[in-house]
Amino acid sequence: MEILPTVWFVIIAVLWIGYLFLEGFDLGVGMHMLFSAKNENQRRVMLNAIGPVWDGNEVWLVTAIGATFAAFPDWYASLLSSLYLPLVFVLLALIFRAVAIEYRGKGKSLRWSRFWNTALGVGSLVAAFGIGVTLAASTTGLPIDSNGDRVGGPLAWLTPSTIIGGLAVVGFSLVHAATFLALKTDGDVRLAGNRFARRVSPIAVLPLLAWALIVQFSSGSPVSWALVVVSVAAVVAAWSANRRGREGLAFVGFGLFLVAAMAAIFLAQYPVVLPSTLSASFDLTVANASSAPYTLGVMSVVACFGIPLVLAYQGWTYWVFRARVSAGHIPEAHAVEPAVRKA
Amino acid sequence: MHLDPLLIARWQFGITTVYHFWMVPLTIGLGPVVAGMQMRWHRTGDVRWYRMVKFWGKLYLINFIVGVATGLVQEFQFGLAWSEYAKFVGDVFGAPLAMEALLAFFVESTFLGLWIFGWNKLPKAIHVACLWLAIGGSILSAYFIIVANSWMQHPVGVVLVNGHPVMNDVWAVLTNNTAITAFTHTIFGSFGVGGAFLLGISWYHLWQRRRDGIDTVDATGRVVPGVAPGIPGRDGSDHSIWITSLRIGAVVAIVAFAGVAITGDAQGKLMFQQQPLKMAAAEAACHTGTSFSVLSVGKLGSTSCSDVVPIIEIPGLLSFLAKGNFTTTVEGVDQLLPQYQAKYGTNLPDNPIYGSRAGEKIDYLPMMEVTYWGFRMMIGFGGIAAFAAAVALWLTRKGTVPRSKGIMLLAVGGILAPFAANSAGWIFTEMGRQPFVVAPNPTGVDGLYMFTAAAVSPGVSAGEMLFSVIALTAVYAVLMVFEIRLLVRYVRGGIASAVPELAEPDHPDDDDHPKSDVLAFAY
Repeated sequence: MEILPTVWFVIIAVLWIGYLFLEGFDLGVGMHMLFSAKNENQRRVMLNAIGPVWDGNEVWLVTAIGATFAAFPDWYASLLSSLYLPLVFVLLALIFRAVAIEYRGKGKSLRWSRFWNTALGVGSLVAAFGIGVTLAASTTGLPIDSNGDRVGGPLAWLTPSTIIGGLAVVGFSLVHAATFLALKTDGDVRLAGNRFARRVSPIAVLPLLAWALIVQFSSGSPVSWALVVVSVAAVVAAWSANRRGREGLAFVGFGLFLVAAMAAIFLAQYPVVLPSTLSASFDLTVANASSAPYTLGVMSVVACFGIPLVLAYQGWTYWVFRARVSAGHIPEAHAVEPAVRKA
Repeated sequence: MHLDPLLIARWQFGITTVYHFWMVPLTIGLGPVVAGMQMRWHRTGDVRWYRMVKFWGKLYLINFIVGVATGLVQEFQFGLAWSEYAKFVGDVFGAPLAMEALLAFFVESTFLGLWIFGWNKLPKAIHVACLWLAIGGSILSAYFIIVANSWMQHPVGVVLVNGHPVMNDVWAVLTNNTAITAFTHTIFGSFGVGGAFLLGISWYHLWQRRRDGIDTVDATGRVVPGVAPGIPGRDGSDHSIWITSLRIGAVVAIVAFAGVAITGDAQGKLMFQQQPLKMAAAEAACHTGTSFSVLSVGKLGSTSCSDVVPIIEIPGLLSFLAKGNFTTTVEGVDQLLPQYQAKYGTNLPDNPIYGSRAGEKIDYLPMMEVTYWGFRMMIGFGGIAAFAAAVALWLTRKGTVPRSKGIMLLAVGGILAPFAANSAGWIFTEMGRQPFVVAPNPTGVDGLYMFTAAAVSPGVSAGEMLFSVIALTAVYAVLMVFEIRLLVRYVRGGIASAVPELAEPDHPDDDDHPKSDVLAFAY
């Protein structure tokens, strides 16, 4: 076993799980704002629940991608170039979504806010789906040749597994955001969040479970199977906590479901980082796709220092903004008029 | 029609990166000024500083978000369109990118969120410290990105193993002399952007106040500030806010230009050693000599050296720029080209990695009209901005701006000059590195270089790239319209646009303590 590449595979898995956990509720909130919110007031309560933290959460994605580049350049190159179109859509979606969060409240017209609501909701949906496609492709395989290049057309990545992966992240994000809003807001948004989690979660968690099972059936180990069992148990516990009105427990439970299911997937695929559906000899593995030991060593020092620090100050951010947000906290929107003498 | 993936990929990288680097310098240039204003407010308790923080901070955030959004593309596109490049350099190039994300971008995004929502929630000292940390994150982020870029300009800290660069000295990569000069040059260039932004917008407001008859001047030309009770924000502190902001902006722009000149000179001298052909092309210096060309013309569209006609030259200046004296001759294109051909070959190797370009003749001369004019626009626009800032200080010495609308429009339009200088500089240095994506280091490892023609993703079709370049360009154009519309709206709204209490008649003038538990800021 190669120690440093394995360590970096674990770090990248942790970064992806961290990203899905944290931005999962941001993306879900974006979708709920478009599809579930009844009025502008509810939308603002939802948005301000993630307001201080969403940007920091998104950096987990940038770090996961950057760490993959540094530690496994061949994985980075093959995965991203093979998934060219879906990732371009993810980027466009994330761009629109980020700008929407900042700009939607700064307009004057109904058209302006409707445009940005759509950008935020659809952007979140497309980003969640595309990220799911990407990770599912990386765990279930892509038609790549010996040079790591995609064989087949621009849609060669489109398989039942990748679609399940896309649905998995969308479904999880919707439930995760519902329990997040139940925990972080007050009033009708909180009630709606609890209701949504109760009614929809039994269906919404299925794609992620299916994805985990697909990977287990092809390369599962006893430990990874055990993690799948843990994830199912977490869903059951979360659902029952939700029924009993235990909002914190429900949130943690669905979060644990994600962590266990993704850990099961990553563990089962190890040591392959990107399987080739053409030939197992073209598989990218932790051994053949990684950087040299010196680079991995340097990056390990950086990660040892950096990741705990990130966890500490992001944790502190959640502590600072731990109060529930409700309609009464939201200041009135104000119109911006030119500071000129009217003629 | 034959679509060339390489050409499309290069356009895509150019468009997305130049665009991203319109938001970044404003973020870097404006941030420290806002934080400095907030510290002044904390120290003096003077509400004028508070209002400046709110106003400039609002514009800072409107711009910041587009920089964040377009920065995402940067992290992905080496893998999307440049997979061969990513695989070739990944062992060393990926490290600074990952460090940027982990050590800089996290800090920037997290602490900016704390600053935005932390009003009245965090103790004042911690609140402003969050902004400083976010700014530090932005600057550190720029450093790591420039370390990565400088390695493409001047690869160091590696050995070649099986034809691939493998890092063996991260310290050499992080302290690459190319990176140190480029980083300082870029940061000063960013301050120039921030300074001109403050200056132009403050000028507009002072002019607006004069036009509306709020401010008048006495017999000696000194300003007599007034108030306009009917206009939110135009109260007793408004005039002083704008003249202070204007002077801060002008001083920042002038200091920035001095810094840009010093660091640019150091960078130029390095570049004459590291990439002599880039500098010769910047000069349209066909023959070995000592003169700096102020103006040369060639046939339209020509890329060869033979039909460049020098119009104005300053003897000795080129030697000074390159070597620090007036007599050492500097090698011209005609002398350098054969050296490059002898060292790196006359034709691209017959390797499938080059696709249809395999075996093609290599053109070592960068597109001269781009390098020549890019170099001159960078210096020209930068100089214009600094000169304008000095003139602005003099024109406003009696406390306000002239009533002339034309001068106001010049001051507002002048905001664009440092942006143009920044873009021109980057286009110059990136286009000047061609045909290499990793330029050979004359004193580094032999055989370590990569032609751009070998860097593109072999598995991605031209159609996919065409789609993405069109989609990204269209979306970026739309975002530009939105950003400018919002900036203009908030600028025109003046202080009241960022301090909404001023527009409410029942609690005028004050301030920073909301009455109930309503959030001080919410989306």
